[in-house]
Order: sequence, then C-alpha cells, then structure tokens
Amino acid sequence: MSQPLLGVEEEGQSNVSSPSDDCISQNGLGLKERNYLGLSDCSSVDSSGVSSLTEDNKNNLNLKATELRLGLPGSQSPEREPELCLLNSGKLDEKPLFPLLPSKDGICSSSQKTVVSGNKRGFSDTMDGFSEVKGSVYTEKIWMFPGAGSDSESPQTVGHGKYPGNPGVNVMLSARSSGAQASVKKDGPPNALQERPRAPNGTSLKQTGISNNNSSAPAAKAQVVGWPPIRSFRTKTLATSSKNNDEVDGKPGPGALFIKVSMDGAPYLRKVDLRTYSTYRELSSALEKMFSCFTLGQCGSHGSPGKEILSESKLKDLLHGSEYVLTYEDKDGDWMLVGDVPWEMFIETCKRLKIMKSSDAIQEQQLERLWM
Amino acid sequence: MNYFPDEVLEHVFDFISSHKDRNSVSLVCKSWYKIERFSRQRVFIGNCYSISPDRLIARFPGLKSLTLKGKPHFADFNLVPHDWGGFLDPWIRALAKSRIGLEELRLKRMVVSDESLELLSKSFLNFKSLVLVSCEGFTTDGIAAIAANCRFLRELDLQENEVDDHRGHWLSCFPESCTSLVSLNFACLKGEINLGALERLVVRSPNLKSLRLNRAVPLDTLQKILMRAPQVVDLGTGSYVHDPSSEVYNKLKSAFQRCKSIRSLSGFLEVAPRCMSAIYPICTNLTFLNLSYAPGLHGNELTKLIQHCRKLQRLWILDCIGDKGLGVVASTCKELQELRVFPSDPYGAGNAAVTEEGLVLISAGCTKLNSLLYFCQQMTNAALITVAKNCPNFIRFRLCILDPIKPDAVTNQPLDEGFGAIVQSCKGLKRLSLSGLLTDQVFLYIGMYAEQLEMLSIAFAGDSDKGMLYVLNGCKKLRKLEIRDCPFGNAALLEDVGKYETMRSLWMSSCEVTLGGCKTLAEKMPSLSVEIINDTDQMEFSLDDRQKVEKMYLYRTLVGHREDAPEFVWIL
Repeated sequence: MSQPLLGVEEEGQSNVSSPSDDCISQNGLGLKERNYLGLSDCSSVDSSGVSSLTEDNKNNLNLKATELRLGLPGSQSPEREPELCLLNSGKLDEKPLFPLLPSKDGICSSSQKTVVSGNKRGFSDTMDGFSEVKGSVYTEKIWMFPGAGSDSESPQTVGHGKYPGNPGVNVMLSARSSGAQASVKKDGPPNALQERPRAPNGTSLKQTGISNNNSSAPAAKAQVVGWPPIRSFRTKTLATSSKNNDEVDGKPGPGALFIKVSMDGAPYLRKVDLRTYSTYRELSSALEKMFSCFTLGQCGSHGSPGKEILSESKLKDLLHGSEYVLTYEDKDGDWMLVGDVPWEMFIETCKRLKIMKSSDAIQEQQLERLWM
Repeated sequence: MNYFPDEVLEHVFDFISSHKDRNSVSLVCKSWYKIERFSRQRVFIGNCYSISPDRLIARFPGLKSLTLKGKPHFADFNLVPHDWGGFLDPWIRALAKSRIGLEELRLKRMVVSDESLELLSKSFLNFKSLVLVSCEGFTTDGIAAIAANCRFLRELDLQENEVDDHRGHWLSCFPESCTSLVSLNFACLKGEINLGALERLVVRSPNLKSLRLNRAVPLDTLQKILMRAPQVVDLGTGSYVHDPSSEVYNKLKSAFQRCKSIRSLSGFLEVAPRCMSAIYPICTNLTFLNLSYAPGLHGNELTKLIQHCRKLQRLWILDCIGDKGLGVVASTCKELQELRVFPSDPYGAGNAAVTEEGLVLISAGCTKLNSLLYFCQQMTNAALITVAKNCPNFIRFRLCILDPIKPDAVTNQPLDEGFGAIVQSCKGLKRLSLSGLLTDQVFLYIGMYAEQLEMLSIAFAGDSDKGMLYVLNGCKKLRKLEIRDCPFGNAALLEDVGKYETMRSLWMSSCEVTLGGCKTLAEKMPSLSVEIINDTDQMEFSLDDRQKVEKMYLYRTLVGHREDAPEFVWIL
C-alpha cells in the first residue's frame, strides 16, 4: 500500500533505555483503581493534611518551574498559585449534576469527566503514580492516587464520598499529597501490581472540575467550527458506522449491546453494553460501581471524608447483601432474576435490567402483573 | 567547474532520491542544475499554486511521478469553502499535451473531476499508479475510466476521498487482460460493488500485495479472496460480520492461517467482535493496525486483539480503548513508533475515554514512539513532562484536547510548561500541534528549542503578538504555519515579511490581522500570494483597512496570482 502522501518518517532512533525499565514494564499494566464516579478515595485522608498539602503543592510546582525556567530577561514565568486555581473551583457549581455517560466500552468510562452522585459532587483525581519511571518528576505529582498510600487497594475505595465545595477540594488534595508522599516512600510502582476490581466496565471517572474552561458553561460544549480538528470524512464515516453498530435496546447484534439499567430510587437510568462482560460477576460489580452514588446518597453521608470509609463497605453490603436484587426483563416481557441461565443465553434474551430493593421486588412484580 | 562527464554525474545523482537533496544539488551550479533536471523523475509540489504546469514540464522533461497538494491543511476541518481551488484539470491538460510519460500521480486535497480522470487514463500509455488522498469532485465513473484504460495499472489507492458512488460497475471495467495490479484500495467508496468481478480480478492479479475493501464486501467474499490471494501484505476488511459458528467463518479462519505475509490490517467498519479470534494468527506479525474506523470493537475484544500484536509499529485506534487499553498497548507493543488515537465521540460532553494517563502509560512502555496524534479529554503539564522524558524521539507530536483552551486538569495552569518540555526534549521534532490553555510562554519555548520544526498548528492560544513573533524568529526551518483564533495581529504579521519566502504557506483565521495589514504585506512581498477568503455572506469587500480579516492564506509562488480563484477569494 502506498504510503500516505505526507509520508511516514523514517524510523526514529532507538530509544534511550531507561534505568527504570523494569518498572516501566510493570507499570505498563499498572492501571489503577479508578474511582468511577470521580469520588476519590479518601481512606487515607485526614484533615490535618490540608495545610501541609498546599505547601507541598507549592514546593512541587516550584521545582518544576525552576526546571524549565528559561530565565530570559523580561520573560515572566506564569504564576504558580495552586491553591488559587484549585479554589477556583467555585466552578464546581457549574458542573453538571449528571454523570456523563460511559461510552460503549466499559473501559471508556475510565475517564469520565464529571462527577455526580445525586446532588453531590466529588473530585477524583485518580491518577496514579508512574512515579518510578523517572526520578524526581514524580515527587511533584499531585495526582497520585491516594490509595497508593493506603494499604487497602481494594474495590471498596470506589464510591467514596462527596465533597461539598471547597473544603472538599482541600481534602482531596490532602489525599493526593499523602498519597504522593506515601508512594515515594514505598518503592516500586505502588498500585501497578495490586489487584483491583477488574470489572471491564471501567472503574474510574476522571473528573475535571478544576480543569474547567475559564469560560462559563463547561458542560454545554459550544461547537466551534472546525473543532476538534477531525477530517469530515472521518466524522461522516464514523457516524454511519455507529448507526450500524449500536443496536436498539435489547436486540442482539454483532456490535455493542446496550440495554437500559434502572435502579429504584435513582433519578435517571444508565446504559450498559452487555458485550463487554463475560460473566455475571463482571456485570454485577460494574453495576455496583455505576450506581454506587445513589446508594451512598441513601446512606446519607455528606461530605466529611472520615465517613466515606463506612459508606464504602456499606455499599458492598447493599449490593451483595440482601438489600438489592438484580432483575431483568426478558424477550417475553417477564421480569426474571439475574443469574439463573448461562451468560450467553442471558445476553441473548435480556432486554433491560433493573436493580430492585428486595423488599420492593416482590411488590413490584405483583404491581407489574396488575398492570399487564 | 565540472570535472566529471555528465553521464557520471547523472549516475551519481541517481542515488539521490530525496526531494530536498535533489533540490540542493540543482543549486550548486548551472551544469549541475542542467544534469539534475534532465535526470529527475520524481517531483513533489507541496502547493499546486506555487508553480505552473508549463514551467514544471519545461524544467523536468523526464518526469514520471508527480505529487501535488492543493487546499491548505485546515480545509480538512471545513475551514475552507469547497470551491476554493486546487483543481487537477489544468495539470492533466498540460501534461497530456506534452511529451511527458507520466506513470504516477499522487494527489492530496485536490479537486479532481471525472473528465480529468478520463483524460489521464487515455493520455499516458504507461500510467501505473494513482493515489488520491482527501480529494473530491469525482465519481466512480472516473475510476471506471482509469480501470478500463490504464493497461498496466499497478496501483489504485483511494484514501478518504469524497466520491460520488454510482454503484458497482467500475470494478468490472478492469479488462481481463489486466493482470498487473499490485495495490487496490477502495475502502472509501460507499456503494455496492460487483463481488464476482472483484473475485475474478483478485484471481488474475498474482502480484496483488495490498487490498483494502469497502463496507459492501461481506465476510464470505473476504474469505474467498484470501484463499486466492494468500500473498497479500496489506489487508483492509470490508464488513466483518458473521456468525462465528458458521462454516464460512471456519473457512475464514483457515484462510487467515494461510496468509503468512499480512503485515498491515485495517477496516472493520462493521464488525462482530466475536469474530475477531480468526485474526489472532496474523496479529503476531502485524506492523500496522488501523482500527480507527471500528467503533464496534472495544472493551475486552479490543484488548485481547492487541495483546496478540507484539510487533506492532503503527497503531491507529479510537479513544474507546481508554486509558486502561492504552496500558495494554504499552505493555504489549514495545516496537511501537506511531500512535494515533482518534475520538469516537468528538462532540459528546466528556464521553471521551482517554486522558493524560493513557499517554503517560504509552510513553513509559513504548519508548520508540516518534509520532503521535492524540485526541484526549484532558492533559496535564506533569504528564507532558513525563512523556517528554520518556520519549525524546518525537518527530511528530500532535495533541488535541477536545475542549479548546482547557488548562492543566490538575493545577489549572496553562500547558506551557508541558509543551515546553516536549520541544526541549525532542530535538528532532518536525511537526507540532498544540491545544489547551496556552500563553505566549509556550511560543517562547518553541522559538527557543524547536530548531527542526517544520510545521506548527496553533489554535486558541497565546496572549499577544509576541507569541507569533517568538515562533517566526526562532524556528528557522519552519515551512508551514497555521493559526486559528489567536490574538496575533499586524505587528506580528509584518515584523519580518521576508520570512514568508522561506516558508511554503501561512494560514491565519479569526486572528487580529486586518485588511490593511494584509495589503501592506502583499505590497512589500510580490513573491507572495496573499489571499483573503470571505465565505460569510455578510462580508461585502469593505475597503476599510481596519477591518479584521476572517481568513487569510498566503504562500510563496513563482507564477504570481492564480487565475482560477472563485469570487469569494480576494488576492491582494
């Protein structure tokens, strides 16, 4: 095939080998626990961390600044006021309340933009440390995953609490910084090798609260002409492809298989692509993460980081325990309990999912029958 | 002074193939110029308006292969009206009238008509290769003419063109006597084709190495084709959908197992993920994988596929792979040199699935990376600094944060430092595209460090004229500069007008440049063509010099102003 006109450049020189190659390879798979809904793990947070944190930030960023400072006469380096920018997240208020939909792929949801859990906002910054790759740059990382510092690298970290506005910001930062510090002390990639829930439905929600546009409504993306810079041929082709690949609810097809998932008491539904899972367990844990916000909302914990730990385990109980059941509507319109039939058969027949409170489940079904 | 007979010099020049070197050779002295021009067979014209067909023909009578580019790059993003220009027709007419024995024509962003294609097909007996990239204006009738009349056709490569598809018969126009095909790419055609004709064509083309099918070719045809053409090196699938338990699918599996030569794979516009396992046997040898048009492939199936591709050098993918999937790429594809991550949902509010994390993972795992195109949700300075340290070999670095002027996602700072690190670390950087919140500072870095930079794309960046000036002063090798929505004005534009003669072109849209500024520039530099493009209705050509110019495109040219400019283009 002829090379594209602009030509592929000749192969670059072979790369410089880095001293931390072994870490790199470990880090390669080192995807961290993501807080799906952008509710960061605060298990290692304590409020005393707050002030030290912002100082750390300052120092860290200053290091970086000096690293790159050109020192030309008359040139000014940008101000570095981390506190200020973070606190600027009065913009939090502008964040949409609705968590943005995960893309078809479960993996996609690993970087959702906004956070919502009911009406609460949270931050996540669940960037983990690739720190060991290259020296000191990483000590500066304020985007270390706090869970790095904690011993529990566990699914429970998902679904942590919400932060009411500013205090939440600082709290999160302290989580980060403690995480950062901890990970520096611990050697080796802190999170890379630890187990994490591998629900294929991504578990992280990258939130960009502080990275809002400086302009107003971040959620309403005004479409700028010619932005993003994608060839119109590509846009048109993908639009047609998507139409072909996305199936209407419940119809199994070669492409993705999206079905609606509702949960009692939740203000809105979600959609999942059943084809990204291969077992019931994967589906169930993905749903747990997806709906944890609502569950926590019902737990009633607000803001204070300390209580988040409780909520986490409560979540587990809620879904694995007796409080909720997962049901689905099959081709015949009957509501069935999930788990009875082989997985392959299940995805052929499932039209929609519903997370019911066990207590209600029975009543619900009775009501449905009345309606039908 | 020439101490060698001409024939010796000619022989030596035969070994010099790069356009740049050939151009340099021709500047040494008159006799070298003469020898070089008679022996030159391949000519590259980066801007079709910089020279005329007649002068091309006059200088290079031995021309066999011509590459032409038409519209400015930003035309790809709908910033240039359709009939702006870039017509192939005058070139074909002139070449047809001459004695040039054209064998190869490669076009990018040109307007090609069926008449031109037909004339092309009938005028050059030895015509072998037609490559059209991002062109428009033709239909499958023009392709049919090529198929029918070019008896020794080796290559017909249609990449991402907007073709009016009249359905079907063009493939049947390849005569039975045509057995010379080496490369056939019709993936961008949208219509039905004659499957039987395709199969027969493949059967009688023993040299076929590259075959890219369109969506209308079903999986069972693919299977039949592969059985007959196991020597294929580059394959683009058509519709890749079937029941994995079927007989056809089993046959496909064994067909793939016989195709030991496939190194490049693309297509999958329609895909049944459960059929991907048939491909695993060829994954081990793949060097190029293009899944950027396969939104139906994601999640586990996607990562499983990639885990088989240990020798991959180039990967084009959609962002539904996610940061996690990029981690899999980083740990599997240690030979990776080029990565392109396209957005699957560019206008969706935050559905994009890759962030700075994925990029950092890639940089850590794929240290041979030298070419990047990355559409992402957000970026941080820290990540860019890391990437710069991990991968100092970047030649092309194009980063597009989907939300314009978005700052560092963590610190809320501009991304100046991050990009600064890239240009400082990657000494061989030739192409750079910026995005995110950026101040004049980043341009200072670019001017200081990006010594090899040839092409720079800027959008929504900078604070003042200083930004543009840093770049124009500092980047000595700059050839193409394209700017949109930046606060650069006349002061920057007019500071060093001679600079533009050393460049191919400059594009500025939605900046602070005024009509007066452009007029001044045009006056001072008659060797430049300064075009004002006015496609908005409201704009009468107001003669007020203080009016800001919406779109300006200027380029150096040896042949003065073009004659084919449409009404809305005003050449100063």
